[in-house]
Amino acid sequence: MSIDTATARKVAKLARIRVDEADLPKLAEQLSGILGFMEQLNEVDVTGIEPMVSVTPMRLARRADVVSDGNIQAQILANAPDAREGFFAVPKVVE
Amino acid sequence: MTNPNQMTIAAARDALRKGELSAVDLTMSCLTAMDAGDDLNAFVHKTPDIALTQARAADVRLRAGGAPDLCGIPLGIKDLFCTKGVASQAASNILAGFKPEYESTVTTKLFDAGAVMLGKLNMDEFAMGSSNETSCYGDVINPWKIDDRKLTPGGSSGGSAAAVAADLCLGATGTDTGGSIRQPAAFTGITGIKPTYGRVSRWGIVAFASSLDQAGPMTKSVRDAAIFLGAMCGYDAKDSTSANIPVPDFEAALTGDIRGKKIGIPKEYRMDGMPAEIEALWQNGIAMMKDAGAVIVDISLPHTKYALPAYYVIAPAEASSNLARYDGVRYGHRAKLAAGDGITEMYEKTRAEGFGPEVQRRIMVGTYVLSAGFYDAYYNRARKVRALIKRDFELAFDAGIDAILTPATPSSAFGLGEMASADPVEMYLNDVFTVTVNLAGLPGVSVPVGLDAKGLPLGLQLIGRPWDEAGLLNHAYVLERAAGFVAKPAKWW
Repeated sequence: MSIDTATARKVAKLARIRVDEADLPKLAEQLSGILGFMEQLNEVDVTGIEPMVSVTPMRLARRADVVSDGNIQAQILANAPDAREGFFAVPKVVE
Repeated sequence: MTNPNQMTIAAARDALRKGELSAVDLTMSCLTAMDAGDDLNAFVHKTPDIALTQARAADVRLRAGGAPDLCGIPLGIKDLFCTKGVASQAASNILAGFKPEYESTVTTKLFDAGAVMLGKLNMDEFAMGSSNETSCYGDVINPWKIDDRKLTPGGSSGGSAAAVAADLCLGATGTDTGGSIRQPAAFTGITGIKPTYGRVSRWGIVAFASSLDQAGPMTKSVRDAAIFLGAMCGYDAKDSTSANIPVPDFEAALTGDIRGKKIGIPKEYRMDGMPAEIEALWQNGIAMMKDAGAVIVDISLPHTKYALPAYYVIAPAEASSNLARYDGVRYGHRAKLAAGDGITEMYEKTRAEGFGPEVQRRIMVGTYVLSAGFYDAYYNRARKVRALIKRDFELAFDAGIDAILTPATPSSAFGLGEMASADPVEMYLNDVFTVTVNLAGLPGVSVPVGLDAKGLPLGLQLIGRPWDEAGLLNHAYVLERAAGFVAKPAKWW
């Protein structure tokens, strides 16, 4: 599977990473190389094999559906690049 | 005359308990070594004030008696662990300035046991790398040096490996997603164990690939690894994959007796083009286990060659999801925006500025393999191959194999920058012997066994049954004693 510049542009967009137009051909080449390496997986007969979903067969532990923490607004916001009046601040999202 | 910072954890523990040494003196010795080791670029955030406060408290506990093994032991902590009020950046610019409001479970357990934190250790950005060259702090330099070149300590736990090998600390935490504890341990002549998936809580450790990540200790001896691992392990309700099973006394399991144990030698680990020195090291290791009374059994793990391509689908897929949280809103870096920029521009510019090239590449590979139309062809196929790799090991263990012996790395440490022009895939080949263990969720340990012709350390890897770290460490202990590896890097820093 070879990645072209248009696909590289689309992947960068999906990943929300800005890539300069001039850097797209090199990115496409590198992604093609990595995906080419993965093509080996097509040699394996996986008929009847279920995809592995859990490393250790175990039922996820359950807990009571109750509030276990909270009232830590200052801590939650302490590392925010921009916080105002108890909220995370971001550029305008809706007009 | 050795300085206290050169001691093993076991020796320091015994000396502290006998009152022959104080935790404050031991810590001062490490702080001095740490400052003198700046050329290695291993410690990136030093915490001498925290260290001395903890050391003083440890001395009080030691005097009272009954203190835990790690009480007063100075450690380095990989930058991937969140430490309350102390920079925890995963060696990434995107987490610049981030100081967690909470403490990871592992560091909480270590501090509760009285351990002393000297500072945070350099690593590959988000643990993605095998040479510690992707860090926002710059390269870590391997204390081992044979000519004018600066060598890599390996990665991603390169700062941890260099700091332990250079005696800047008595031990260090590492994390291992595809070999990130075992490969740097092998490159620096120290011991490193990746426990069974679920043995150590991942809570508070910056996530890379959640189904593969496990934390473990990096130490100067197998006994130290047993002591340190015991203090890191245990059930944690905050990690849904944490195993609720008892933690054995790993140190007590070091009997040195492996008579009658079956050691598997997988033929698929004999790679084309493998250096003769690695093959010879492996044969030496086999002879050592045999001399100790173990039974050597040739085994087959037929899907081994597909482990790396499966890993490089699964790990980036999980990373692309885990790293979506770095968006410039809640913590870390936010790009300066131009007039008219909206929230999408904020995300895209922030992530382009904050993530380095290798991390960006892996996020995009992960995004691609998870995208509509490719999910089945790549991601689901890789997960099926992963099931087959795990089954290979299960069949070997079902046939009575107790542990598997392999090389740890395909070479000794290489020069920093030497792989710069290489294809990313070439760098990935460093993980060829270690990555199967993560895919199968098994415990694996790297033990230093010898020096190559250039004078650089080489390690062998032992792979154990799930949850049998105790048995695995005992095998490692036998290998360590038989190899008698005592070489240390000559001090140049």
